[in-house]
Amino acid sequence: MLEVSGLTTKYGAISALRDASLTVGEGEVIGLIGPNGAGKTTLLGSIAGLLPIDQGTITFDGASITGTPSEKILRAGLALVPEHRRIFADMTVEENLKVGGVTRRASERAELLEEMADLFPVLRDKWDTAAGYMSGGEAQQLAIARALMSQPKLIMMDEPSLGLAPILVDLVFELIDTLRSQGRTILVVEQNATRMLAAADRAYVLRSGEIVAHGTGAELLDRADLFDTFVGG
Amino acid sequence: MSELLQNLIDGLGRGSIYALLALGVAVVFGIMHLLNFAHGELITIPGYLTFWAAQSGWSWWALAPLIIVAAVLSSLVIERVAFSRVRGAKDFTLLLTSFGVHFIVSAGFLLYVSAAQKSFSRPPWFANTVAVGSLNIEVFDLLVISVTIVVLIFTTWLLQRTMFGLALRAAADDFDTARLMGVNSNSVIRGAFALSGFLAGIAGVFWLMRAGQVTPSAGIDPMLKGVLAALIGGLGSLRGAVLGGFVLGLVEVLLRAWLPIEIQNLTVGLVFLMIALLFIFRPGGLLSVPQVERV
Repeated sequence: MLEVSGLTTKYGAISALRDASLTVGEGEVIGLIGPNGAGKTTLLGSIAGLLPIDQGTITFDGASITGTPSEKILRAGLALVPEHRRIFADMTVEENLKVGGVTRRASERAELLEEMADLFPVLRDKWDTAAGYMSGGEAQQLAIARALMSQPKLIMMDEPSLGLAPILVDLVFELIDTLRSQGRTILVVEQNATRMLAAADRAYVLRSGEIVAHGTGAELLDRADLFDTFVGG
Repeated sequence: MSELLQNLIDGLGRGSIYALLALGVAVVFGIMHLLNFAHGELITIPGYLTFWAAQSGWSWWALAPLIIVAAVLSSLVIERVAFSRVRGAKDFTLLLTSFGVHFIVSAGFLLYVSAAQKSFSRPPWFANTVAVGSLNIEVFDLLVISVTIVVLIFTTWLLQRTMFGLALRAAADDFDTARLMGVNSNSVIRGAFALSGFLAGIAGVFWLMRAGQVTPSAGIDPMLKGVLAALIGGLGSLRGAVLGGFVLGLVEVLLRAWLPIEIQNLTVGLVFLMIALLFIFRPGGLLSVPQVERV
């Protein structure tokens, strides 16, 4: 469904990402793990059209999305839950969700709002609250729900558990399971490597801007040379 | 007492026009961080059309929609020709671009029309008043205030209840994330300029009615009022812009009423002095938007 090949992204003269390739098949849950500064966020940002790409190609659903603006990539069916959630703080929960569904027809948007309120009961409770007043866990759920409003074929999440209390981290991983059981395709960036490997079908390990390993969770956990990646956080 | 009331109504009338101008400035600033020093051109351009149309015998009933449509179209054309080319540039570049637009438009009228002022007649009822108790209220002020209230209600509805309004607010908050949600950056920016032009057009109808004339540099005064009012209210805040407009209008009228006749010419200077004092104590304006770091 998603095919990234030889992707290089630079910040000035520095390559944040070098020759990265990965594939995501339909219905798969793919993890992307690695230490801080390894280029995980850069990789997702490049796929989503937030960052200019220097080399490489990205194909989604059979069509090239290399160099396509982010609003068009979203319309093609690829959504990103950005790092730090980036919810619209002055807008209510409902308004945030509506913006997430800006590409859908009004009738469909109304149905999706109901669906999100069922999937995330905490959002229903805060429906008319300005999103800036929500806790980190609530805001994370809103950010995911907002991305789901566009009915993406593939949803990418950047560090969904970052800064959350352990019980909320559990919630995020439960949510990933729920989304998987709905048949959704997911690409998740996580620092919590061991949990991510347990939750994912396959994972890629990124270090210093390069993909250094790839395989199923069990395969990767067995690799002694990657040990520091998993415990390093 | 009745004199004070009279002045308040006068100030609200004046403030209404400023509020509409400031709101237009704030909408565009919110979406692309452009402090638009060419905002007054949205009155100059329709002003010349008013002059030509009035010469052909158009009444104000026909001139009013002409002015509004011309302001919206001018706003869209200026965005397309000038501002769309500097999107995402530094704030200072945007500011200079808007200065450039102002000078080009006014030089155009200077070169190809005339430096002399072009006059047209005010509506026949312009100076009419209605007596309410001991007050003599100008029909013009009543019209301005009521139209402004309707326009502000409409704008609130647009921003709160329509998908366009939500997309506009989302983009003003965080443009990149709005685009990630599929908000089309071209339509939301053009929409902001259209709304800004519409608000300037309504203000322009009243501004031109009162002025009864237009010159190549006619845009400077309304631009200054709009930008100042937006700054007073707190740049980035739409409510602040409206509040700033009303405050500026009231202060101007009250100063003019209270100052001794010998120093009335100092009104404008005093207004600037008060604005300077405001910024010393509240640098972000009356309703300053806190710049919270996103975590």
